[in-house]
Amino acid sequence: MQELSVRHLLGIKDITAEDLQLIFETADNFKDVLNRPIKKVPSLRDITIANVFFENSTRTRLSFELAEKRLSADVINFSSSGSSVKKGETLLDTVNNILAMKVDMIVMRHSSPGAPHFLSRHIDANIVNAGDGTHEHPTQALLDSFSIREKLGEVAGKKVVIVGDILHSRVALSNIFALQKLGAEVMVCGPVTLLPKYIKELGVKVELDVRKALAWCDVANVLRIQLERQQMKYFPSLREYTLYYGIDKKMLDSLDKEIVLMHPGPINRGVELSSDAADSHHSIILNQVENGVAIRMAVLYLLASKK
Amino acid sequence: MQKRLIVNHQLLEIMVMRLCHQLIENHGDFSDSVIIGLQPRGRQVAQRIQSTLATILGTTVPTGYLDTTFHRDDFRRRETPLAANATKIDFLIEGKKVILVDDVLYTGRSVRAAMDAMIAFGRPANVELLVLIDRLYSRHLPIEPTYVGRRVNSLQSQRVLVEWEGPETQEDNIWLVTKNEE
Repeated sequence: MQELSVRHLLGIKDITAEDLQLIFETADNFKDVLNRPIKKVPSLRDITIANVFFENSTRTRLSFELAEKRLSADVINFSSSGSSVKKGETLLDTVNNILAMKVDMIVMRHSSPGAPHFLSRHIDANIVNAGDGTHEHPTQALLDSFSIREKLGEVAGKKVVIVGDILHSRVALSNIFALQKLGAEVMVCGPVTLLPKYIKELGVKVELDVRKALAWCDVANVLRIQLERQQMKYFPSLREYTLYYGIDKKMLDSLDKEIVLMHPGPINRGVELSSDAADSHHSIILNQVENGVAIRMAVLYLLASKK
Repeated sequence: MQKRLIVNHQLLEIMVMRLCHQLIENHGDFSDSVIIGLQPRGRQVAQRIQSTLATILGTTVPTGYLDTTFHRDDFRRRETPLAANATKIDFLIEGKKVILVDDVLYTGRSVRAAMDAMIAFGRPANVELLVLIDRLYSRHLPIEPTYVGRRVNSLQSQRVLVEWEGPETQEDNIWLVTKNEE
């Protein structure tokens, strides 16, 4: 059998199209396991995984923890609030202290871009990036592409638009890499202040009018406005953003085709998506969450199988 | 690489027929019985047993196939990871008499993994094991088949290869393959 070309999953940029296919095929098998009455397999029973979260997370952390437990791994959780990080310990010291307790894999979220890459140069354990600042969020992109593949049969040749705060979004960057490696056409759409200056150099289309973007696409992946990362005003008000970029059911119904609506969560209902759009039959938002566990099981299983 | 024919296609047909009659002796009308083939190679044996039983009895015994990859005990102990196969069991095995089917019984480790994996689909009334070839004196675990096509003596360096008629092969045959020293 093939194996992954990497020891760590730091970003989609570093992995190949074959890696993506291998992860999807493995995730298919785990999805099947998750639909059984007993959803647990013993594969990782001699592996210990530390979930190290220096930034808030609900979905990703629960999803990783569930994936680890379904694979029978031993799990420890660490979050920076209430830890020695507040006492001035460095990242490397914190992680080395965790590794001294004989941990085999690290799942890490950090607010600084490149933090897992830095760690990978200094430690032996396999690292899975669960989001590093505004840089990459590889498992989210994997589960997004996996969900498109499940819904539409394949990703190649599909037109996918990513709408919203592209500038602050690690989900957008990882998704662009994944979709392009799988042969999809990618467009980004948002107010010009929230589009990175050199985004065109990644080979994506840019559209400022969300109605035109929706008319073009097969799939719309809608992102949250990341107010916590915005250090200045990028648009006059949330109400104005909603007026120009918010997507509602009426817009979806006015299209002459069925598009698929995705969102990585958490949704700000009434801002980027109206409630009737988020709960419509277009939406595969909860399928994304379901697939997240299978994808993370596949990633952990494939990384752990490399000695 | 040397190949020695140990069961030809006529013999294999007689063997499958005999195994089916032995199954009928124990299972009667198969009302409470199910067949589970172990992926990847037990699947075809299971299909053959099912179709032969169908011609004898006129009933189709529920048949599924089970992948044991995630339950194996050699994870991280092999050079390359194992590829998983599909599992397809469309019935509950709760209270059923399960017939596990594989082509070759060697160390017994896949059968152990299969019994572990199978429990995810319910608690069977009892479990039997049917194999075409039993390689003697090679077991790592105390696992013995209930129904055997043929017992063979073989060396550890040899391999038993079951071929089924298909696009690549002319007819059903079972071979004992010896790898040459390199």
